[in-house]
This record gives sequence, structure tokens and C-alpha cells, in this order.
Amino acid sequence: MSVLSVEHLTMKFGGLVAVNDFHLELEKGEIVGLIGPNGAGKTTVFNMIAGYYVPTEGSIRFQGQPTQGKKANQITKAGIARTFQNIRLFSELSVIENVMIGYHCRLRSTFLGATLKLPLYRREEKMMHEGALKLLAEVGLTDVAHEMSTSLPYGKQRRLEIARALATGPQLLLLDEPAAGMNPNETQDLLQLILRLRKDYDLTVFLIEHDMKFVMEICERIKVLDYGTTIAEGTPHEIQNNPRVIEAYLGEVQCA
Amino acid sequence: MDINHKRNVLLSVLGTMLVLAVVQLAGSHGTEYQIRILNNIAIFIVMAVSYNLINGVTGQFSLAPNAFVALGAYTSALLTLTPAEKEISFIIEPCIWPLSVITTPFLVSLLAAGVVSALLAFVMGFPVFRTRGDYLAIVTLGFGEVVRVIANNTQSITNGPLGLKGIAEHTTLWWSCGAAIVTVFLIGRMVRSSYGMAMKAIKYDEAAAEAVGINTYWHKMLAFTTSGFFQGIGGGLLAHLITTISPTLFTFFLTFNLLIIIVMGGLGSTTGAILGAILFTWGGEWLRFVDEPMNLGFVEIPGIPGMRMVIFSCILIFIMIFARHGIMGTREFNWNWLCRKLGIGGRAR
Repeated sequence: MSVLSVEHLTMKFGGLVAVNDFHLELEKGEIVGLIGPNGAGKTTVFNMIAGYYVPTEGSIRFQGQPTQGKKANQITKAGIARTFQNIRLFSELSVIENVMIGYHCRLRSTFLGATLKLPLYRREEKMMHEGALKLLAEVGLTDVAHEMSTSLPYGKQRRLEIARALATGPQLLLLDEPAAGMNPNETQDLLQLILRLRKDYDLTVFLIEHDMKFVMEICERIKVLDYGTTIAEGTPHEIQNNPRVIEAYLGEVQCA
Repeated sequence: MDINHKRNVLLSVLGTMLVLAVVQLAGSHGTEYQIRILNNIAIFIVMAVSYNLINGVTGQFSLAPNAFVALGAYTSALLTLTPAEKEISFIIEPCIWPLSVITTPFLVSLLAAGVVSALLAFVMGFPVFRTRGDYLAIVTLGFGEVVRVIANNTQSITNGPLGLKGIAEHTTLWWSCGAAIVTVFLIGRMVRSSYGMAMKAIKYDEAAAEAVGINTYWHKMLAFTTSGFFQGIGGGLLAHLITTISPTLFTFFLTFNLLIIIVMGGLGSTTGAILGAILFTWGGEWLRFVDEPMNLGFVEIPGIPGMRMVIFSCILIFIMIFARHGIMGTREFNWNWLCRKLGIGGRAR
């Protein structure tokens, strides 16, 4: 059974068809990339999978269960975590708090238990703290655990966002341009990190990225969107040599 | 987690005892005027700290605390007034049945005030949290006004514009300060728990909060309802301090005062809300001298009534210019910080 199964997904904003008849099957443990020129509808696909937009048509099934009618927070709880294209950390919380909050949705204590610090909450709080420390170590942010999240450099903020997403306990990770704004070294580190996390946390990864070198290196399969329509699908090698993809990125070849 | 945890708990207990000792001293040696100001401060702390939970911590700009304070005040007053007293007060229309015969002890009436206000907040929350930002402010402003208008027009329950008179003066320093301490303790704990963290997350970025699985709707409801509960209790204390309540007491002006307190103290900071309540209440009284004629030696200034409000406004403007995020910003007082400042104990992290 596939982890995520998307069929006939269409999103219309008024007269604009942002995404048209999008299909996707994600098998467990895969890393699949979604590429396409600016405005092709990539983030719209993410927003629909993560429950931010209600698709105009089509269905999304996560581990066999339809996600229709579920809110973003319920989908996260079901096991799909995401990061954002423009980093969205909680600015005035510390680095470790930003990760700890990811565990909140799985908390069993009620607000009364938490306020009165009942034994269950004490245990859970300790678990959250230790889990967050472990995740920070995983992404290499242990030394800045108590800094303010916004004081971190860009690359570290990206990694913090990934740690926060992991704290929610996902099976599927949606990464929206994880390598944006990173230098080649940082990108290489990120690549290793994603591969390692997939192995350690049994993740399936679906990512949007513009850095072609990164995408070609990390993804097992790639889908290409242009004006909301899927124009190609296949292994990195196939995509690189697909004339329609080259056309979408570089423009049509004029025949003399 | 915190290496100084034991010391800090000890200091908190000692601090609370110090406050209680001051209360005891003020109660036995203070003038009636001083006790009144302390009572006001304590009640404003209850209201401001709980108001800060929804406005500052959760970032939902509610303008309805006057509704909860009003409901709390009326609920508790109606519960402590004896049937005979109600019969005398309600001269235009008699009080409706269950209320006309019930009398409860003060504590019960306070808790009932909290519960009824929390219930109102809960019900109000359904429509209110379908909106955001400016719209939420306007919707809550509307609800605040609605409650006041209802109080004005339900003659047989609230005695209308005549208000309720002769409420027993139950609110002693022990009651008000006790309520303030309990409120600060419980709300402080809640804000520091992961529920509080989730509320802050909603304030900083609601979409990201959804993305980490926080049910933003219910967390806003939780903050709003909790805030309503304590504001109701604040209202109950207020009613039993001033002994006469009428709808005019709970206009938007009350909301406005609370807003000044939490903005001045720093939106999102419980410490700030406490400082704000103290400065606002005590400062307002202290500034009374400027209303009176003054002799500066070389020049005689005649008393100008209302002058203190002008000066008070100037102070507020200065605070907003020089400490734009209020006195505390979103920071909180903590013992580690104090000990570091005093250079005693505590290893730096």
C-alpha cells in the first residue's frame, strides 16, 4: 500500500487553474521531488496535501485513509509534517521550544493536568525536552538550543524547521524548498541530513526544490509541473533528457 | 532541567510569604484609603493577568473583558444578596424566581461568577474565533457592549439601570490578594506549560502552529475561557468591594483601562500585567496631588481638576515612545535573572 495516493487533484482559484489533474503515488521510504518553473503550482500541491487548501476536485489518501475534510492540524497529527518555503519559526520562542512544541499535538495531559503539573504531565514534559534535545543533536543545533530562533543564520533556521516537523512524529515529510538560500556546502550537508533522517525515522519524503543539482542527487523520482499540469515524470536521468522539461525551463526551440 | 530549580521554588514560597506579610501588616496598620488602593491593585492584577492570557499570550485582540467582569460582578452579587435585600432593591420589577430566594456564601458566589463568565466566554468563542485580527476586536467589542445593554434592560434580573445596592463588603485584603496570588500562580503555570507554548505559537504564526499539529481553534477557546473565568472572579471581588454595581460601571472604559495596563506592562508578559496593574492603580492615586493647588515657592498654581489624567496620558506616551513593547516586553521575571543581577549563587547557563 502506498503512503500517499493523490488522484485527479485540481485546484481552481476563480478562473485560474493552479493545479490540474495531478496524480501521485508515494511508496514507503521514497524521496520524490516536485519541480517546475515559478508559479507552476508546486506549493499549491503541498498546501492541498497538508490541508491548507481544499482541492476543487480529486482525492488524497494518506495510508489508505482519505484526508478530505480534515484540517491542517489533524493531517499533521495523522502523520504528514511540512516545512515552509519562507521559513516560519515561532520568533520569540527559543530554539528548543520551537522543537518541543512539535510534541504538543501528541500530549495526553489535559490543560488542567499541565497547569497543575500532575505526574503524567511531568513525565510528558521530560519526554518532550529529551526528545527535542535528541532532534536538535540530529540536525546539529545542540549548542544553540537556548538561543532565540530568529537569531540563527538562515541555514540553521531551515534545519530547525525540519527538526520541528520531525517532532510531530510524521511518516511523510513535505519539504518546501529546503535548500533555498543555502551555499553548496550547506546544501551538501542538508542532503546527507535528509538521507540520514529518512533511514533513522522511516520517512517518506516529498520535496519541492529549485536547486537542480540537489534534486537530481537526492530524488529517486521526479515530477515536473508547468502551469499546473504534470509535463513529465521519471528518474532524474529521464527528466534531465526530457525535451518538454527543457522547453518548460528554457523556452521553446525555434526551428529555423 | 533547571539547575537552580529547588532554590527558585524556595524563593517563590518566601516571596509569597513576604507578600502575605505585607498584606497582614497593611490590614492591621494601614489606613482605609491605603487598604482600598491595595484591594484595587489586587483585583486589577486578577483581571489584567487573565486578560493578558488572551490578548498578550495568545495574541487574540479581544475587547470584551468588561462583559466577563460585568457578568461575574452581577452573578456573585445576586448570589450573596439575601432575599430580603433583593426585595427592597428590586422596586420596579421583582427579582425572578430562583435568584430571588438563593443566598450563597461568598466563596461559592465567587466560583459561580467564574464559572458563569467562563461559560459565556466559551459560547462567545464559537462565533468570535471565526474571525481574526481587527475583525475579532470589533466582534468582541460588540459583545462587550451587548452584555452591558442586556444588564441595563433585564429589569427583573439585574434591576436595570438602578443597579444592585447594599452588597456586603466581603472583599477583604485576604480575599483580593489571595485571588491575585492564585490567579498569577495558575495562569503563570499554564503559560509555562506546553499549552502556553502552543498559545504563543498561535500568536507568532498561526499557519505554522497548524503545521505542527496545534488545534488553533481549541487553544484560542481555552485561553478565552480561562481568561473569562478569572475575569468573572475579578468582577465578583469588585462587586463586593464597592458594594454598589450598575451597568455604567462596565462600559468600554473598563476594557480600556485593562488594555492600558497590559500594554503598558508589556503584551504577553504576566510580570508586565502585574507591574502595569500596580503602576496604573497606585500611580493614578499618587498623581492626585497635581489636581490640587500647589505652591512652588515662587509661583502659585491653582488646582485644575483632571490635570492628573493629562499627566498620566503623557507618561503613557513616554512609555510607548521609549519602551515600545511595554515595560517588560514579553519577558518574565525569574529568580535566575535576579540572582545573576545580585551576583549571588546560581551558575550561569
